[in-house]
Amino acid sequence: MIKRLLPYPLLFVGLVLMWVLLQQSAGIGQLLLGAAVAFGATHAMAALVPEQPKVRRLDKVLLLMWLVLVDVVRSNIAVTAIIILGHRRPEQSGFLRLPLDLRDKTGLAVLACIVTATPGSAWLEHRAADNSVLIHLLDLKSDQEWITTFKDRYETLLLEIFQ
Amino acid sequence: MSADLLFWMLTIAQILLALAMAATAYRIIRGPRAQDRILSLDALYVNAMLVLVIFGMKTGTTTYFEIALIIGLLGFVGTVALAKFLMRGEVIE
Amino acid sequence: MSLSELPLWLVLAVGIFAILGAMLTLVGTIGLVRLNNFYERVHAPTLGTSLGSGFILLASILYFSVTAQRPSVHEVLIFIFVSLTTPVTLMLLARAALYRDRMESPNARLDPDADIKSEIPGIEIREIR
Repeated sequence: MIKRLLPYPLLFVGLVLMWVLLQQSAGIGQLLLGAAVAFGATHAMAALVPEQPKVRRLDKVLLLMWLVLVDVVRSNIAVTAIIILGHRRPEQSGFLRLPLDLRDKTGLAVLACIVTATPGSAWLEHRAADNSVLIHLLDLKSDQEWITTFKDRYETLLLEIFQ
Repeated sequence: MSADLLFWMLTIAQILLALAMAATAYRIIRGPRAQDRILSLDALYVNAMLVLVIFGMKTGTTTYFEIALIIGLLGFVGTVALAKFLMRGEVIE
Repeated sequence: MSLSELPLWLVLAVGIFAILGAMLTLVGTIGLVRLNNFYERVHAPTLGTSLGSGFILLASILYFSVTAQRPSVHEVLIFIFVSLTTPVTLMLLARAALYRDRMESPNARLDPDADIKSEIPGIEIREIR
């Protein structure tokens, strides 16, 4: 019943929140108007995408966000050091192809966004044939460390959340 | 007194962002390839957006915020369209 | 609250956050100028879009929350928007660059599943098992 009424509850809440932020008032009128807009938008979304992502562990999402924040700060410092100090440095960056265990589409999308949003690593291309991904790292010297954080932290966490 | 200090600190931040925009402009002009130019264009609009946010703080009005949001939206759509064009607009297809 | 009676801690916090964010963004664009090839340069703008814009928007939140005397959090929207859209554009651009590099290589093939080692001259891929 609730699924029929609200196909994407999280998206609905997010849209109402965005509306309230944009209007900069949380009055009852704005809340109702936002809810109406979000209602229409979620149903439009349901008409577009038949497949629904399932978030199984909402508590782990917060943990994931915290880990991403910490890693973003760390890699910002690392990349700043590389850019400022590393004038005419020898070839240190390079490409990696990593096999993945995660197969859920939403999970892969989130993983791609996290990897690209953190400075120092960029997700280039996902190969569906063997579920592997092509990644470019700015600092290939610490690649082993990067792979372990990628695998242990993010992939296992996303496996728990989405699969 | 403290208002003056804030004004100057924000001006310094704006000068830094203007230098950043100059750096992206250099990359847009130099290239060497189309993807480098689009990448710099993407950075350029983000910088312009941040300059506007600081303008908003300097003047104390939130109108700049709306403009910043619009720049963000249009910049995103623009870069995505250009990137897509690079992939599919090739002469050799 | 008028501008002349702003508390000093607020002025310092707002100013330092704004300058820090602007400096990070500047470093990112310097990377855009300095780094050697496109795939390295892809990393540079994320400095400005992650922490750089984060600091500046934090400064704005602080400033407007104190001067307007009510929480002003709509800057969060810009931050969420920027941090969600940059990875998308960067990935699209990187894939476009890969595609163009492949098209230029002598044995050009469009198949993304093909072995790319032989496809793009000058690019070496470390395979992790």
